[in-house]
Amino acid sequence: MINLSEVIETNAMIEKENLDVRTITLGISLLDCMSDDIDAVCRKIYDRITEKAENLVRTGEDIEREYAIPIVNKRISVTPIGIVGSAAASSPEDFARIAAVLDKAAKEVGVNFLGGYSALPVKGMTDAERLLIQSIPMALSSTERICSSVALGSTKVGINMDAVALMGRVIKESAERTKDTDSSACTKLVVFCNAPDDNPFMAGAFHGVTETDAVINVGVSGPGVIKHAVDSVPDADFEELAETIKRTAFKVTRLGQLVAKEASRRMGIPFGIVDLSLAPTPAIGDSISDILEGMGLERTGAPGTTAALALLNDQVKKGGIMASSYVGGLSGAFIPVSEDQGMINAVNAGALTIEKLEAMTCICSVGLDMIAIPGDVPESTISGIIADEMAIGMVNQKTTAVRIIPVIGKDVGDTAYFGGLLGYAPIMAVSRFSSEKFIARGGRIPAPVHSFRN
Amino acid sequence: MSKSIITVVGKDQVGIIAKVCTYLADNDVNILDISQTIVDGFFNMMMIADADGSAKEFRALSLELEELGKKMGCIIKLQREEIFNSMQRI
Repeated sequence: MINLSEVIETNAMIEKENLDVRTITLGISLLDCMSDDIDAVCRKIYDRITEKAENLVRTGEDIEREYAIPIVNKRISVTPIGIVGSAAASSPEDFARIAAVLDKAAKEVGVNFLGGYSALPVKGMTDAERLLIQSIPMALSSTERICSSVALGSTKVGINMDAVALMGRVIKESAERTKDTDSSACTKLVVFCNAPDDNPFMAGAFHGVTETDAVINVGVSGPGVIKHAVDSVPDADFEELAETIKRTAFKVTRLGQLVAKEASRRMGIPFGIVDLSLAPTPAIGDSISDILEGMGLERTGAPGTTAALALLNDQVKKGGIMASSYVGGLSGAFIPVSEDQGMINAVNAGALTIEKLEAMTCICSVGLDMIAIPGDVPESTISGIIADEMAIGMVNQKTTAVRIIPVIGKDVGDTAYFGGLLGYAPIMAVSRFSSEKFIARGGRIPAPVHSFRN
Repeated sequence: MSKSIITVVGKDQVGIIAKVCTYLADNDVNILDISQTIVDGFFNMMMIADADGSAKEFRALSLELEELGKKMGCIIKLQREEIFNSMQRI
């Protein structure tokens, strides 16, 4: 039987160490909402989402109350709209209409974000996908809750450099359109290599075409809990440190598994996966950077940071995989800058640069995340940064992503403010050497040799 | 039977257990086990209870216990047992 000290430990994690379930994300297939009539597509999408997600928020709140565990976000992911709208949309404006309908449906069911305004031009781009991508600046600047993602490459097929070049322009244009709010549209736009079909985390969540009609995916959290555990063994060697993190990750993930199964049972919708990612928030004590510094680094970014992150990421997976029957999504430590106070401090102290962050993305999910750069950085440089990150994902057979914000009108030394969970970010310096001729080549980078496994 | 865990955390004072037990008896919640300890100067009590016989919904019991705690200056939580089983047991 459960004893008092176990109950005290669990509740201390929730009350003092910011343990929560970061998101219950309901994936909804919109494949059968396709039509060649744009009005019909809009109507079907709205009806499908409001019907399937009708009880999502209420179910989440009931679980929160009954287990006394905060579930911070209830969200929705849908089939990539670049597919769903392909027969009906004949212009970027048509796609933006679908975005408006998605936004309205998200508000109706009470979710704070809806992901899946997405395209998957991993190898080649359809005409419809091109229109959707062109509509992204318009869609993100005119909606409140829509998140967009674009998959640009994979280990299996290589990198679509035409799409990489286009996304540099789209990110700049999205930034321009929302320059009054520190280019906030770019916080809702992410590009991927090896994009997962079942990621519950925004901005990159979409409901893959390999998925069933509806599915419940859950993202756990818990940097504060891991930090506390690391602090409890200040003089331990790496074996004991690793074991401590692994045991704690097991407990955190079991909570996610419980919530996922319970939400699935109550809504009558299959359970998909638990995403093990440690997701930080701007709250004090809920930081990945603090964990790394707790391991003995003066500042995140100091030599040893990549090794510390590798250990953290691996132990989180080892503990998590045993705790859940289905692990998926991104499942690693997120290292966003703006959403993590410790990372912000490290940047401000001059300890952490984009180049060091890039090295860190080689061994963790998910990539260069929530990084603010000067607004005058050329679009080809943004494409160059994306290409580098896609290459890391392609060669290392892992998911990588870029969510970068060129903040119009601001420069190194300034700060961009995004508000809420998105936090704020110091503007980081970017190399001023040009990538223009490289990006202008166009075409596709071939798949790496180790993709030929058949 | 689905078990629930009631925790009471606060400054020690006369009558905490009596008030909680009275509320539970009035609402047909059966107490299976009680244990308590002092952590960092605070009174920590845990009850394992069976709320299946109560006419009230779990949510209502939870809210009313929370309210009762506020009146006594302590924190009372009602949680389903599964959260502890899943986190603390393999």
